[in-house]
Amino acid sequence: MDAAGKPKQLRTVVFLFALVVGMFAFGFALVPLYKLICSVAGINNLDATGSRVTLEEALSMGVATDRIVNMEFDATVNGDAPFKLTPITRKMSVTPGKVMEMEYQITNLSQEYVVTQSVPSVTPWQASEYLKKVECFCFTQQPLQAGESKKMLLRFSVDPELPKEYSVITLSYTLMDTKRGEVNTETAMVLE
Amino acid sequence: MTTIAVDHDDHHDHVPTGIKRWLFSTNHKDIGTMYLIFALVMLFLGGGMAMLIRAELFMPGLQLLNPDLYNNLVTNHALIMVFGLVMPAAAGMANWMIPMQIGAPDMALPRLNNMSFWLLPAAAIMLMMSMLAPYFGTGGPVNTGWTLYPPLSIQAGMSMDLAIFTLHIFGISSILASINIVTTILNMRAPGMTLMKMPIFVWAWLMTGFLLILVMPVLAGGVTMLLFDRHFGTSFFDAAGGGDPVLFQHLFWFFGHPEVYVLLLPSIGVLGLIVPTFSRKELFGYKPLVIFMIILTLLGLVVWAHHQYTVGMSLAVTTYFMIGTILISIPIGLMIFNFIFTMWRGSITFETPMLFAIAIIVMFSFAGVTGLMLAVVPADMQYHDTYFVVAHFHYALIPGALFGLYAGVFYWLPKWTGHMYDEKLGKIFFWWTTIGFNLTFFPQHFSGLAGMPRRIIDYSHQFAEFNMISTVGAFVFGLSHILFLYIIIKTVRGGEKAGDMPWEGARTGTPGLEWTLSSPPPFHSFETPPEVK
Amino acid sequence: MSKLALWARRICATGMGLVAANVAAEMKLNLPQPASPLTAEIFDLHMLTTLVATIIMVIVIVLVIVTLYKFRKSNGSEADHNFNSSKFGTWGWILVPVIVLGIDLSIAGPGTKTLKNVETFEEADLTLKIVGSQWKWTYEYLDHDISFVSTLNNEDISSEGYLREVDNQVVLPTNKRIRLLHTATDVLHNWWVPAIAPKKDSIPGYINETWTNIDREGTYYGQCAELCGTRHAYMPIVVKAVSQSEFEQWIASKQQEKVAALAEASANKVWDKGALMARGESVYTRTCAACHQPSGEGLPGIFPALKASPIALGDVAAHLDIVINGKPGTAMAAWSDQLNDLEIAAVITYERNAWGNDVGDVVQPADVKAAR
Repeated sequence: MDAAGKPKQLRTVVFLFALVVGMFAFGFALVPLYKLICSVAGINNLDATGSRVTLEEALSMGVATDRIVNMEFDATVNGDAPFKLTPITRKMSVTPGKVMEMEYQITNLSQEYVVTQSVPSVTPWQASEYLKKVECFCFTQQPLQAGESKKMLLRFSVDPELPKEYSVITLSYTLMDTKRGEVNTETAMVLE
Repeated sequence: MTTIAVDHDDHHDHVPTGIKRWLFSTNHKDIGTMYLIFALVMLFLGGGMAMLIRAELFMPGLQLLNPDLYNNLVTNHALIMVFGLVMPAAAGMANWMIPMQIGAPDMALPRLNNMSFWLLPAAAIMLMMSMLAPYFGTGGPVNTGWTLYPPLSIQAGMSMDLAIFTLHIFGISSILASINIVTTILNMRAPGMTLMKMPIFVWAWLMTGFLLILVMPVLAGGVTMLLFDRHFGTSFFDAAGGGDPVLFQHLFWFFGHPEVYVLLLPSIGVLGLIVPTFSRKELFGYKPLVIFMIILTLLGLVVWAHHQYTVGMSLAVTTYFMIGTILISIPIGLMIFNFIFTMWRGSITFETPMLFAIAIIVMFSFAGVTGLMLAVVPADMQYHDTYFVVAHFHYALIPGALFGLYAGVFYWLPKWTGHMYDEKLGKIFFWWTTIGFNLTFFPQHFSGLAGMPRRIIDYSHQFAEFNMISTVGAFVFGLSHILFLYIIIKTVRGGEKAGDMPWEGARTGTPGLEWTLSSPPPFHSFETPPEVK
Repeated sequence: MSKLALWARRICATGMGLVAANVAAEMKLNLPQPASPLTAEIFDLHMLTTLVATIIMVIVIVLVIVTLYKFRKSNGSEADHNFNSSKFGTWGWILVPVIVLGIDLSIAGPGTKTLKNVETFEEADLTLKIVGSQWKWTYEYLDHDISFVSTLNNEDISSEGYLREVDNQVVLPTNKRIRLLHTATDVLHNWWVPAIAPKKDSIPGYINETWTNIDREGTYYGQCAELCGTRHAYMPIVVKAVSQSEFEQWIASKQQEKVAALAEASANKVWDKGALMARGESVYTRTCAACHQPSGEGLPGIFPALKASPIALGDVAAHLDIVINGKPGTAMAAWSDQLNDLEIAAVITYERNAWGNDVGDVVQPADVKAAR
């Protein structure tokens, strides 16, 4: 190889290594970017604190009295964990724009103190961004004493902008055992 | 400096001997040979696993394996074939041929070259440890298939950690090899060898190298997150802690789909040399082929989610991925067109490499059209995760990647060893292996359509006949490789002397710098750079 | 044995050639006959793409054969070095992409149309929630408050229904729009009955939706299509489609069963050992035998044996605890939600007194209630 080729070759190698490091970083950058990309591109993802609004915002959305959206509520307990999660109301007819309330009953069937996290998922999930949650037990982790049972509040509103083709919305919570032993105030509380 | 050893050898022109020659080798041909031998070992290892899998699937009921061992074999068969066989074999050919084809004395970074090879045996040993770890009471095996989807991959035992480290090492090895190859191609070309004068194989590897550099780090990131989730309490993919299991699928397939092209491109490059040689006519369209390889590379980076049509994405997104995937048929179709019309009005002879090339054109087209079927989202919602998919990607990867490498081996063995291989045995091997392959995988299209999911150890009677044919085919296919090994050993040990240009068709088809060297070539390829006009 | 004879016949038939009429009748070559408008549409789409694929393959193969035959050297063919710069060599590069693009669009058009139909979310007459778990399906009829677990119950290889039949079939009415909601509780699963509906993954934390409208009564088979661990191959699905009136009857009987089971389990009745053993065996076969095996011997290195195990022979409290709460970090699930007091009492009694285990004690529903 001639001497003139050396610096050029070094430049190529440095560039390629930088590319490798860059792509590795890109992989990790995708974690925070993922939610953003999902909401922009329309890819289904899990987001406990997504579509969160304040009461004022919910009230200022306006009411669409010309139609009714049927809300259904459902729950799944993950991994055979000794909990019970049931919607107290199974179905609800909602006027878009009105702030509604309903409750879920959570029961700890075990003899231990546990910390749970509920993850919401909406189907058709294209409606997720139109289901605005003012208050939700999924925003925070829920500690439960042994055998404790309690009611948890969900206050929500369906955005009147919801496209007409979605007339039934199912909101399903999956109850996860965090196994963390203590309330972690950082994971799910982006907006607090 | 990295080239001191080479300079030293240059002056005295002696060839290091014994174990040192191989262990500390910085010679592109020796390293290329080691890559190829490693790939050959992996071929038999991964192939043996495939034989076990097919033997178990010969008929309903559990005969040989238990479900965990079966899943373990399914995973490791894929990892070995992808990372242990096809990628190292292609890298071996790159090592051997690229410096010779571009008129360079050696690779740009010979020491790095040595390192990227020696990482491979280390990775292979670690993969074996991962396979065996479950039998030492360290929890369940890697039972997830090569896609390693969480949450199943979170459940597995230590075996999964070892598999993750294996992927890291394989990944580092192929990244280093790619950096080396790209640097060599961009900086070490002989005077006058412009980019558009490079043999098509070199172009194919330039694209492959860039693809690997772009996507391998993303896989490394993804599996690192998996490792963190398993041991350090993070929750990248754990919904309970604010993560998302589907994110891993996106990370994996962002790597996984371009990886398919990483496996295919080198073989397309080999084909781009063989078809003109045995048609005694220049490539029908050199410039178009280069352009299409670039388009294929770019398209390959943006269609990954067609592996995940069933996870639930919006209409707009699935439609985008569907259209993008269907559009891949244009560069692929043009490649097939290019190869067929390279033969058109040629003067064709049917030596073993050419037989493989023709078979690839037909069988890879077949993978192309089943790919077109799979790209259509609603239909894929039926095909997804069935044997139809298994048949499709084996048709893509065995002709598309593996047969291309076999063709390359037969094409270049005379150059590498200085001996002609036994043409009669070569032809027998071709027919034996091609019939065995089709017998194995063609019926799987039907069992898939009939509703047989992939990755199952046992099945109901309705799928029995096709699986039986498939297993018989697999053993025909598998056993043919003993002949392959025999042909290679026989050629290495002796045989008819090969001239500098063993294929007279190359004079008009693919005249290149590699044919100006003796067969076998001298220890150092070009001591003075040749002039390309 | 009949099994051997069956196999001898199969091997012969396969060997003799696939055209043998009886084999061809048995063998399935294509997607199953669709049983809903949606799957019928997908079936047509599949036939269209198959046709296009076949035509392309015929063109490629014919072209290759003609080329090889006409331009072989042994035929005296000389290479034409001007061919590449001929008119064809220039215009071919435009012509071919245009043709391929045309083919692509002919497929993409109907594909997009069908996709829109798959992704519609209209009001449904019935909602069935399907929950995948390792290695069983839980079906919840959300409108009727009924839920049950369905597992494989045929591992007899000599029978035609080997690996296809389940203990509790899903019963659905015909000519009703049915919403299928998919989710999972541990790893990925995929509920796939090809005749009825296209697949969508069951992902823990996610709820996915597909729909169907079954237009023929009948029994439809399927199985889990996403690798979910050890017993992935053993998660079959059976859907029985019946008329609306039959469906209503079935719902009524299911609801009665539920009331009866509740009454039975909650009553503080004291059961005798024989009755508990009999019930225990059926509960064991249904819920435990998949892992611990019908013989109680487990699978060495994977699932522990219960026969002569320290838990089954030891303190009853520990035994109750592991069944009710499971064993974290292993495949042993907590059964407290899925089995009632009576079932747990029966299965524990059975495990302590079967396969030569001879503890002799009897666990009553009341004991289970106390241990919860």
